[in-house]
Amino acid sequence: MGGMAAPQVAPVETPATEEVPASDRPWVTIVWDDPVNLMTYVTWVFQKLFGYSREKAERLMLDVHHKGRAVVTSGARERMEHDASQLHAYGLWATVDRS
Amino acid sequence: MFRRQSGRYVATFASDEVRVLRKVASEVVGLLTDGFDHSDPVVGRLFPDAYPDDRRSTAEFRRYTEGDLKTAKIDQAGAILAALPGESGGEVRLDAEAAEAWLRALNDARLAMGVRLEIKDGTDLGEELDEAVAEDPTSSRVFQLSVYAYLGYLQESLLNALIDGA
Repeated sequence: MGGMAAPQVAPVETPATEEVPASDRPWVTIVWDDPVNLMTYVTWVFQKLFGYSREKAERLMLDVHHKGRAVVTSGARERMEHDASQLHAYGLWATVDRS
Repeated sequence: MFRRQSGRYVATFASDEVRVLRKVASEVVGLLTDGFDHSDPVVGRLFPDAYPDDRRSTAEFRRYTEGDLKTAKIDQAGAILAALPGESGGEVRLDAEAAEAWLRALNDARLAMGVRLEIKDGTDLGEELDEAVAEDPTSSRVFQLSVYAYLGYLQESLLNALIDGA
């Protein structure tokens, strides 16, 4: 993704969760399985809302379907609430939680 | 069923299909306006708790999002009502924006019916329908299940037309 000229820096290990104050921990948007939404529709919504590739969107949809839930986005709490309300507009069953 | 035709999403509806679509879209609008009731499980499904274990945060989330969400859902059901031909049937031609509104509105209608019909993960629609017909072919459940199945086909055809056209 761009940044060809950026100096190469070794990736820094992200600290374990317990070292980060709870208030700084990122939040997640979770989508839950439901018996009505079509699998193709759920995949399409993930692509549409989050710009995910078809492969990634399909993988998330299958996680929702087989595991009952999947984390679809993570980040600041306000952002996750925005994502959840967008998902609600498309009829997906979404909730917000700490990661 | 929908197909893509020179940048538009086109379908022809018979008079009984027009009647059914008008009815389900109007029911969704009714549910979101005069009939709006948080204790209705259908409303619970269309407006899920954002924080299942935290009532205060859920209430806060609702305060900021519910008005817009409700308006969006009423508008998308309205997009169906606005595009439908007269009672005698006819053609519907949607641009991309209207097609997406239809897609979301059809999904809302299916969610609402799915709650009422108690559709579960393992529900086999064909079996349900056979059982309901065996019990009483004139029952409202037979009609509702047929409509639910029809909306699923319609939504899928529109989605496929959108994906193929992208």
